[in-house]
Amino acid sequence: MKEKLIISGFGGQGSLLVGKLLTYAAMLDGRYVTFLPSYGAEVRGGTAYCNVIISDEEIASPTISIADTLIAMNLPSVVRFEPAVVQEGLIFINSSLIEYEPDRKDVRTVRIPATEIADGLGNIKVANMVMVGAYLAKKQILSRERVHEALGHLLPEHRRSLYEVNCGAIKEGYKLTNNQTPRNKMQDTRYEGQDTRNKIQTITNDQ
Amino acid sequence: MTEKRLMSGNEAMAEAAIRAGCRCYFGYPITPQNEVTAYMARRMPEAGGVFIQSESELAAINMVLGASAAGCRSMTSSSSPGISLKQEGISYIAAMELPAVIANIMRGGPGLGNIAPSQSDYFQAVKGGGHGDYRQIVLGPSTVQELVDLTVCSFDLADEYRMPVVILGDGLLGQMMEPVSMPGMRHVEIKEEEWVLSGCRGRAPRLLRSLILDPGDLAAHNLHLQEKYRRVAAREVRFESVFTDDAELIVVAYGTPARVCRAAVAACREKGIRAGLIRPITLWPFPREEISRLASQASHILVVEMSHGQMVEDVLLSAEFRVPVSFFGKAGGLTFHIDEVIRKMEKTNQKSKIKNQKAKSKKQKHKSKP
Repeated sequence: MKEKLIISGFGGQGSLLVGKLLTYAAMLDGRYVTFLPSYGAEVRGGTAYCNVIISDEEIASPTISIADTLIAMNLPSVVRFEPAVVQEGLIFINSSLIEYEPDRKDVRTVRIPATEIADGLGNIKVANMVMVGAYLAKKQILSRERVHEALGHLLPEHRRSLYEVNCGAIKEGYKLTNNQTPRNKMQDTRYEGQDTRNKIQTITNDQ
Repeated sequence: MTEKRLMSGNEAMAEAAIRAGCRCYFGYPITPQNEVTAYMARRMPEAGGVFIQSESELAAINMVLGASAAGCRSMTSSSSPGISLKQEGISYIAAMELPAVIANIMRGGPGLGNIAPSQSDYFQAVKGGGHGDYRQIVLGPSTVQELVDLTVCSFDLADEYRMPVVILGDGLLGQMMEPVSMPGMRHVEIKEEEWVLSGCRGRAPRLLRSLILDPGDLAAHNLHLQEKYRRVAAREVRFESVFTDDAELIVVAYGTPARVCRAAVAACREKGIRAGLIRPITLWPFPREEISRLASQASHILVVEMSHGQMVEDVLLSAEFRVPVSFFGKAGGLTFHIDEVIRKMEKTNQKSKIKNQKAKSKKQKHKSKP
């Protein structure tokens, strides 16, 4: 198993935290894992992204040129990293902020109105965790329990109070994605149809 | 086994330094090694040590000189342009035979360059970036765990030989996070050796200096230093070899590109190419003998570096032109992708095969003539 994942969004949306969280969970699972953030002139509102590689074998390079999965929190992220996703790869789109649909017909898209769901949960900042939940449901590489455990390790003492709402957001994202697009259906739609629109899985908040 | 922690290379190095008994850190911020300074600022006071964000790189390296002269394990870190500024101090430290650890998390150059990973400071580190006939031990870790282990090791080496030790990493290694297990906290006393400036109450004053005006005296000092460097070269060479026993194509790489090369070598083995990897861990002293030995066994050597060819010169010297040496490099912050390394290896292998065949047929022609 080898998963190459790019997580990208505005600075402040918590893309790097998502990366760290999944990396930490993979470490708890005893897997090889690397996390590489974009660094330097990143600021709140700018673009921040990271590369995460989870593998059963030693990892050669922590940089990703072709990704298996992209989690895009905002529009510039889809535009920038869509070409880097492998054929039949998966793109998670925060549809609350991204109206754009990828041009490519050879990738699968999962749309999650993460920001709206987070808002509904009472904290717009946990949109990133909704995306985590969706990712966990779709990819089945890491268990939700592991990610919750990792979150417990990662949250600093003065942020403990945010543990529940973060876990809740993960659960919400997981539930939505799991319920509305069963895995076998996804697999069925993988190779059929030329029109991407048919393949795009739209997940809405109203159940 | 100790529990693993998830840390960036920079933070892991800082923690490892503290656990190795480093109690003085002086630094000036520069990307991509800022996390070292930030981590030390928080952690060093907890450990009962001294952290100073100096007013400049020059000040930082000279603070290291001072703290080291007073017998304390001390360290500074920076990235390429900052390390250039520290060269004068490093030369003085070498001349005064003081232990010191200097970490260079290399970025793209020359000049201010950029903040992306690079290996273009190899010459500076290995050939002595400052003036004068001095050497420094140079360590080239390739994983965050190895960075931790070599950081601990660097303080021991610096103390043992009383000379500067450089940890030569690149921006990738500094920034990336990997699971690491940390060594235990070591208690290291302030040194009480006969050269330490510990206050002369009740004894004759001591003097540490790099100014030796008398040519005879300076010549003798240089000979003494060279003798020490020979000792280091004889005893401290470290490298890792992968699949080299029967290898025809030897790849030489250090630091993070060596990770990619290791995977590329494994992939080439599966394709039936007898490839192997030599990864120098000490860049000075360089694993010259091992590469020389392999030069008589292999049919081709390929050097892969994030520069336009620096370590390749040491490989050429070690191989003594007995075997063709090819180079694959890029600079400016670009990193290697495994596929391009594999392609380059296949091409190199092909070339050397054709050459060997030509040489063989030529030999046969010569034989058949008379």
